[in-house]
Amino acid sequence: MTSIGTGYDLSTTTYSPDGRVFQIEYAQKAIENSGTAIGVSCKDGVVMAVEKVVVSKMLVPGTMRRAHLVDHHSGVVISGLISDGRQLATRARDECSSYKSVYDSPIPGHVLAERLANFAHVYTLYAYVRPFGCAALLGAHDDINGYQLYLVEPSGVSYRYFGAAVGKGKQAAKTALEKLDFKTLTCREAVKELAKIIVDVHDETKDKLYELEMCWVCEESKNKSQLVPQDLVDEARKAAEAAQDDDSDMDDDE
Amino acid sequence: MERPMSASGAPEWMTAEHSMGTSIMAVAFDGGVVLGADSRTTTGTYIANRVSDKITPMTDSIFCCRSGSAADTQAISDYVRYYLDMHVVEMGTPPLVKTAARLFRELCYSNKTQLMAGMICAGWDSAKGGQVRQVFCVPIGGSLVEQPFAIGGSGSTYIYGYCDAHYKEGMTKEECQAFVKNAVALAMSRDGSSGGVIRMVTVDKDGTDRTCFGGEQVPSF
Repeated sequence: MTSIGTGYDLSTTTYSPDGRVFQIEYAQKAIENSGTAIGVSCKDGVVMAVEKVVVSKMLVPGTMRRAHLVDHHSGVVISGLISDGRQLATRARDECSSYKSVYDSPIPGHVLAERLANFAHVYTLYAYVRPFGCAALLGAHDDINGYQLYLVEPSGVSYRYFGAAVGKGKQAAKTALEKLDFKTLTCREAVKELAKIIVDVHDETKDKLYELEMCWVCEESKNKSQLVPQDLVDEARKAAEAAQDDDSDMDDDE
Repeated sequence: MERPMSASGAPEWMTAEHSMGTSIMAVAFDGGVVLGADSRTTTGTYIANRVSDKITPMTDSIFCCRSGSAADTQAISDYVRYYLDMHVVEMGTPPLVKTAARLFRELCYSNKTQLMAGMICAGWDSAKGGQVRQVFCVPIGGSLVEQPFAIGGSGSTYIYGYCDAHYKEGMTKEECQAFVKNAVALAMSRDGSSGGVIRMVTVDKDGTDRTCFGGEQVPSF
């Protein structure tokens, strides 16, 4: 970190001499320390998954969620600071309901993504606030654009993806995502693939316990956003873990 | 003869508000709509404009018919046009008729104590293959009603019976145009605050067609 001590990294209102804003990059670092979140936009829907590292064995499962439903047709999963993410999810809900009250139709994915990005971007402009320490994967459906997956980052950019990954294991997850064929992949298959990727990139040595949270918007859910039924998630995770054990057994044999 | 005077003593036609004692209507056919209106604007009993245009474009394929205070309805349609333009920029696609109608409702309802406006919003959009019924009525209180056809303004009271009797499900474009022309003519003949020419706008996927029937062309019964 060559930036430390130079004085150019103290505020988002200061550029470094080579044109960077270090506070935004530190915010991105906050995400890289967090559980991996991945999403795919496939043939019949969008599926998103997130690895929620569990801080205590005594934690009741299902609390402090990282997957949020924000409207009938859209949901977000968060990687990064969980409370910053909740702020983003709450804002997304407000945008959805205000759009609907004015225009009488559900907010299209690209509009919601742009509004969330604008919201995040404002926090990179003033010295008295800090940028969001989280990224949001946004899955949505509308009649015109179909299924959409967006990634909203603390810098205030949002891109639409076929497959996206953020968080601790993003490099490995991206490599795994690139092997999928998004045109033929169904959501049922995607649930298994995503579970497998999360299980594979999960670092057993650092965080032992984690919950797998998944949400989707797909034909099966009648284009409504929904948390993937827990039995499906459990089944996918179990299969992924079994496959991983088989692999490591084979590695042992060699 | 006693003439109506305002409190200031000036004649009524100088001080009264411009209002459109109106006959307006819109009818949906498969794949489009026909809007019709008379052309009379009055200040009290004085005809301030005998060729006014009460069918106002909101976008290329969404129109509204205005009745009530001329000033109020012009302001409302200006606002709706402004909001729709902003909406188009954000969406990157043409707006839905439903969206325009909702904006009318929003403005008419939230300012209902200050407004005298009854609007009909109709047009064509590509939603669901462009075959959806697209006539919306926003009467004075600010409610929003979707209808197969809508009539409005003071003249409309005289033609409820005619419209109920002559509106048929599944009329063609030409049948709708004839229906609108006759209904507006009947309203104009009975209603003292409606008159002038019949203006008519037809909207479908191929664009809009504006026509006007004046003098001898107005049907008489």
